[in-house]
Amino acid sequence: MIKESVLKTELAHTAETVSAGDYYFGIVKAGETIRIVDLKGNQAADTLFYNANDVSERYSAMDTIREQGALYLTAGTMLKTNLNNDLLEIVADTCGRHDTVGGACATESNTVRYDLEKRCMHACRDSWMLAIQEHPEYKLNKEDITHNINFFMNVPVTSDGKLTFEDGISAPGKYVELQAKMDTLVLISNCPQLNNPCNGYDPTPVEVLIWS
Amino acid sequence: MTQPTKTYHTLVNDKVYQTTIPGASHWSTMVRKGTQLQIKDMNGGANLGMLFFNPYQLDEKYNAPDTLKCQHTFKLTKGHCLYSDMGRIFCSIIDDSFGWHESVCGNSHASHIEKQFGKRDYQTQQNQWLQNGYDSFLVELAKYSLKAQDMAANVNWFSQVSSNEEGKLSLSRQSEAGDQVTLRFEMDTLVVMHTCPHPLTQVNEYPKTPIEITFSQADAIPLNDPCMNHCPENQRGFENNALYHFGL
Repeated sequence: MIKESVLKTELAHTAETVSAGDYYFGIVKAGETIRIVDLKGNQAADTLFYNANDVSERYSAMDTIREQGALYLTAGTMLKTNLNNDLLEIVADTCGRHDTVGGACATESNTVRYDLEKRCMHACRDSWMLAIQEHPEYKLNKEDITHNINFFMNVPVTSDGKLTFEDGISAPGKYVELQAKMDTLVLISNCPQLNNPCNGYDPTPVEVLIWS
Repeated sequence: MTQPTKTYHTLVNDKVYQTTIPGASHWSTMVRKGTQLQIKDMNGGANLGMLFFNPYQLDEKYNAPDTLKCQHTFKLTKGHCLYSDMGRIFCSIIDDSFGWHESVCGNSHASHIEKQFGKRDYQTQQNQWLQNGYDSFLVELAKYSLKAQDMAANVNWFSQVSSNEEGKLSLSRQSEAGDQVTLRFEMDTLVVMHTCPHPLTQVNEYPKTPIEITFSQADAIPLNDPCMNHCPENQRGFENNALYHFGL
């Protein structure tokens, strides 16, 4: 569902551009709003969320899918935790559909999907691994890195049970905005994948904005 | 296959082990490479939640997104392989009479079961208690020092969940008595399972549905194996397993 935001960008207290292949790691307090902008279009932002006060509680794709009885995320979707609590609500979305079934790229899954000899190409999971090594203060370990949201990614499921990766329905300047229901730790990998159309074969920057 | 004469712990002979997991229950066991596991819905309408871990490196676990996307499928059935987050294959689905098993809906929590069927109360219900899938997995995981954070998306065998164009999901079909799936294990695997209701079930009475479990020795993998040759991705997955076992 397309829903535009009324928030003014100049009033955001945080505005950070995240290059492709880099990560964003930060806290959005309860009641605050975070926007992720697809600056150049066709870019996947692989995102994980945690309860900032207890990271063992985290975004759960299964709980979110089960509670809304639907696969795709858009304005009106309540993101749920693994304890089935409300985590964030998508309050604005100019893209219209985001994926949470396709997961993130990893060097290991790249060997299966593309070629054994692509095992050393940069991947979202490596960005997350670097993030948790560089930020021990957030106390995340490998087991905390789990099924994510792919903002701006289009992964349609057909009625006969096929999973397809389609060209992005995103475009330059499209954004998604979420309001935090609890203090939330945000970990985004701006996807470096060069082997499929999720980034239009040319990964580009995204922007993160946060309003009080 | 001869039918077991006892409900529990029926060791048919030294090559075949057969048992029954009652409904509303949970269990876990180590399954070795080269073993075949047949699961059978005994009464119809079953759901079998299942998780897979590398027993020697417990943070390597079944990864539903990697499994689905590398085989371009939303449903799991014969020919598919179940992948870990490290690009390896835990097991291959070598036989399946049902045709569509789902892996994105997770489990019911105690709150869902209470709302739909009533409160879990061992004191009065004993073995008829209304157990839920989430707590079942928590209990089994703790036996291996695994925590709630270690619970990723599971397979729900015998539950077909389909999507319409807008992504709305429905539990569109469940198995009938006698439906079965056979898994061939491609590496040593810790298997964790529960027989609690599927989280999207709409039935009025708590479905208490047992599953028959049969372990036996798998045949050698033939050159034209339907799982290995299902897609180039699976051939590469088997190559990753070969590297993992290199030198053994």
